[in-house]
Amino acid sequence: MTPHLHIENLTKTFTLHQFDGKQIVGCTDINLDLEHGEFIGITGKSGAGKSTILKCIYRTYIPTSGSMMYHSDTHGLIDLAKAEERDILEIRQKEIGYVSQFLRVLPRVTALDCVVEVLVEIGTEKAAAVAEARAILSHFQLSESLWESYPNTFSGGEKLRLNLARAMVKRPKFLLLDEPTASLDQGSKASVRDMIIELKRGGTSMIGIFHDLEFMESVVDKEFNMRNGIMVGGYA
Amino acid sequence: MDNRVSIRNVSKIYGKGCDSCIELTGPEHGRNRCPKCGTIVACADIGFDVYPGEVLGIVGESGSGKSTLVKTLYFDEAPTTGEFYLQDFEEGLSNVYGLSSLQKRYIRNHLMGMVYQNPHLGLRLDYSAGGNIAEKLLMADWNHVGDIRERAKELLTKTEIPIERMDDKPKYFSGGMQQRVQISKALANNPPLLLLDEVTTGLDVSVQASVLDLIRQIGRELGISMIVVSHDFSVIRMLTNRTIVMKNGRIVEQGLTDQIMEDPQHAYTQLLINSLI
Repeated sequence: MTPHLHIENLTKTFTLHQFDGKQIVGCTDINLDLEHGEFIGITGKSGAGKSTILKCIYRTYIPTSGSMMYHSDTHGLIDLAKAEERDILEIRQKEIGYVSQFLRVLPRVTALDCVVEVLVEIGTEKAAAVAEARAILSHFQLSESLWESYPNTFSGGEKLRLNLARAMVKRPKFLLLDEPTASLDQGSKASVRDMIIELKRGGTSMIGIFHDLEFMESVVDKEFNMRNGIMVGGYA
Repeated sequence: MDNRVSIRNVSKIYGKGCDSCIELTGPEHGRNRCPKCGTIVACADIGFDVYPGEVLGIVGESGSGKSTLVKTLYFDEAPTTGEFYLQDFEEGLSNVYGLSSLQKRYIRNHLMGMVYQNPHLGLRLDYSAGGNIAEKLLMADWNHVGDIRERAKELLTKTEIPIERMDDKPKYFSGGMQQRVQISKALANNPPLLLLDEVTTGLDVSVQASVLDLIRQIGRELGISMIVVSHDFSVIRMLTNRTIVMKNGRIVEQGLTDQIMEDPQHAYTQLLINSLI
């Protein structure tokens, strides 16, 4: 069986037109195989290019060169680097979850609704969606008094847990985690670990970026270290 | 056809035109007025697709040609060149720009809705709110008065206009309410395609949020394809999946909305994104 994701020679360079076309290197020549149900952790200093890789996979960034062959349930084997935008949108909606450190929510949508929405979009019936959303918010220990309020006013940790709930509630086949434990207390971290283990058991493949090495080592199968946009070391 | 809308090679030129008009205008020249003959090239070489249920954004500064483009889609203006295919009309095989005015009116009344920045353009402010909706329904061949009234009530409820204001004239409504009546009217015939031109520009922030909320809800519940024109990236980010960036009458970049905002490719888009406050 081919890997869930096979990245070959992925390079991302940014061209800044306002600074005379100055080039900024995001990552260079990244090669990586993610097996089905595997969890790969990426470590490295901030600015090393870790998030660049995740954003290229999610296609928030357009890769400069290289390929990312992804095994999609709905589209078969597809190169995420060159896939049509409509295919990317569909794969994102149905198969890929992305948890970032920042929460970008819409004004006037409550925390509960913003999780319900994700499920309704993939065709879950409203009542079932509400029940699942409530379950996952309590799993991540987001205080029930916050469910019917707007997330704009949430603390960093609360926003992150809401993000985790949004991404994980649809049980994606593939999950990208950009520092999923930043600013979380020990209790919340344990709830994140439990959910990661549960998803892995369900067959979800994951790539995560971590600063919290102790947490990472408790969940990942493989880890890679990055420096200046290059992968410098890997350990199984 | 898989696309709900396909636009190819649309241009709109005001003036007599010469051989150099297209070549000498556009973003690389920073102008849309032909230096040789003074013709205005409002837009040119425009091509894009809209998928079923998708919300497409068109962003650009004023004068970039985005409103002109949308006007040609609603047949408010005839394009100088171009093709426009609609999945819901003859399975997308006919260029609807080439149809008779009667057929265009049919498409406008049955397959499209339009919400203008200025409610004066989309509403008859002297008719009642309900009457405005009835007008659109009559044009779409609804002819049972009871059904029309029911539908009007349903739409006004959806857009949070109190039913007791149904028989009042929109000229006595606030700007946000007028905009919501306009949206009700545009949705009356359940169109597969909704066009929204700067619909929140000039509204208070709280009113703006409620109008945006309404548009999002409509998109999700009814699966309507929408084209949202705005100069405001926060509106575009909130509503759209994909975005087209226009400058001096041309498309300079199109892509996934988050990609346009986080990894803009074109110098102009980078300038726009770097200018956001």
